[in-house]
Amino acid sequence: MNDKNSIKVVDRNAIDGIISLLKSEGFITVGPTLRDKTIIYDEIENTSELPIGWTDEQEAGHYRIKRRNDEALFGYNVGPHSWKKYLFPPKLELFEANKNGKSFEIKTILTDTTKYAFIGVRSCELHAIQIQDKVFNNWQYKDPNYVSLRDRTFIIAVNCTQAGKTCFCASMDTGPRAKKGFDLSITEVINPNEHYFVVESGSDKGEDILSKVETNFATEEQIFKADAEIDSASRNMGRALITDGIKDLLMNNMEHPQWNDVAARCLTCANCTMVCPTCFCNNVEDVNDISGNHTERWRKWDSCFSLDFSKVAGGNFRTSPKARYRQWMTHKLASWIDQFGTSGCVGCGRCITWCPVGIDITKEVKAIQDNPVN
Amino acid sequence: MKNNKPKLAVFKLSSCDGCQLSILDAEDELLAVLGAVDIAYFPEASSRMLPGPYDIGLIEGSVTTPHDVELARQIRKDCKTLITIGACATAGGIQALRNWKDVKEFTKIVYAHPQYISTLDRSMPVASFIHVDFELRGCPVNKYQLIDVIVAYLNNKKPNISSHSVCMECKQKGNVCVMVAHGTPCLGPVTQTGCGSICPSYDRGCYGCFGPMDSPNTTSLARNIEARGETKYDIMLAFRGFNAYSEPFRKESEVYEK
Repeated sequence: MNDKNSIKVVDRNAIDGIISLLKSEGFITVGPTLRDKTIIYDEIENTSELPIGWTDEQEAGHYRIKRRNDEALFGYNVGPHSWKKYLFPPKLELFEANKNGKSFEIKTILTDTTKYAFIGVRSCELHAIQIQDKVFNNWQYKDPNYVSLRDRTFIIAVNCTQAGKTCFCASMDTGPRAKKGFDLSITEVINPNEHYFVVESGSDKGEDILSKVETNFATEEQIFKADAEIDSASRNMGRALITDGIKDLLMNNMEHPQWNDVAARCLTCANCTMVCPTCFCNNVEDVNDISGNHTERWRKWDSCFSLDFSKVAGGNFRTSPKARYRQWMTHKLASWIDQFGTSGCVGCGRCITWCPVGIDITKEVKAIQDNPVN
Repeated sequence: MKNNKPKLAVFKLSSCDGCQLSILDAEDELLAVLGAVDIAYFPEASSRMLPGPYDIGLIEGSVTTPHDVELARQIRKDCKTLITIGACATAGGIQALRNWKDVKEFTKIVYAHPQYISTLDRSMPVASFIHVDFELRGCPVNKYQLIDVIVAYLNNKKPNISSHSVCMECKQKGNVCVMVAHGTPCLGPVTQTGCGSICPSYDRGCYGCFGPMDSPNTTSLARNIEARGETKYDIMLAFRGFNAYSEPFRKESEVYEK
């Protein structure tokens, strides 16, 4: 963390300056933008492509964009996309194989060396990226494509100054303030009289970029206002999840009647796992050409909600929707802790908002917490 | 020159020919298909019609007449591997809407001499009458899936045909959920993937052309769509599409018929 003396303040021009500097260094700049009445992540050229003056209204199974009464650049919460679509692409060719007589030759696909600059990464999302780091870049296993992309990525975090109705990062201790894992962090302050961005650098690379645009030292008042906005977001979380003793609670209640209750509502459509920024399950598929001489192996996002996912030789070990929902939630909130040392949930609320029938993970947990069987 | 290529045959029962056209529509892959198989019987495409037996048979269309039943049984005898293609062959098709009505009444209205019409009471999937090795869904079938299935059978491997929801592919494409973000009723969560999530990609709800996914919770989806303001009648109609007579869609539509 920076000490207060090194905290800078910039205007919108400087943000554009940062984006063009990153572009000149070969970064693909991606950030929030409006598409199909939704704030998604895509390539952006400058700040004019951000959802300026827009915000989102979120509830379980419900998302709508709304006009703000100002021209804020970052006045909204997270949408259906997450940064995993860049670091862990939904579809990726791993290698090709060609028949050569009775044997075959493998042609490896070069790892992706794209340099991404992520603009507008929220604190929950920084935590999600750090969780996926443990999955794809750990002491034992390294996904070369993930590592290649991740090492090159430049991250501009944005501190949330408002919380959505499905947000619960405060209770997961994953936000709303970005504390580490970024190159630059921004807090936007906007009111009828002023519009400025408090900026801190979190890496040498961030410091270097910041030194190349026009900045001023932030005054105590400017810092105070920015902090107050973040604190306000923290106090206004739409949801909360009590994590004390959650691992034992869930593991001791594997036959709780609530699992049947949620299974009656769950569509097993897998939307929650697709939008989850930490869900990492995938499948590999061999695609042949008609001659049978050429094969490509593709990796695709998969989900513990799909029936094929748990199909093994001899049968399927998770046929019921109950078993699949329970697997997802207990992995996310309980066995993830054993596997990776943290919860798999960062409190972003995407699984709640984007469930077509509005199943709410915080309510499902609370139902068991309020009335445990064991 | 002796021809050792596997013999492929394409048959049609009661249908619109759209799925057969998907084969001809696979322009880029068609030459490779012709290189790998001998198309021995495909009246839609060629007047050259060789007798069976065939290595791979594709059947389009549902069984709606006594003649269809006989034909299906003969096709089964003639084909080593038999694959049904499309919503008609796998679920009875759009013509299965008559399964809820009196067909004799229809024939009286439509035909001047209904006594010449010989038809079954219901339009049924081919697999209700004969053993089928693989059912490829869709109205029409997806040409890439069709090629994949043919390639799989030629190479003794499992086809890459997923049975999960449309939503998975929709999200992988980066589409915005039309149901959550726009309030548009969508059958995607209960429908099998394979079409490329075409309708949601163009801001429309899924029509369920690929039939029910492997564990469809139609009850929960229908209740939710109703809570979002759709009428019971429209929910009934939503499930009465090209796969109306597939069991999960049929049962749900009957719940909302009352």
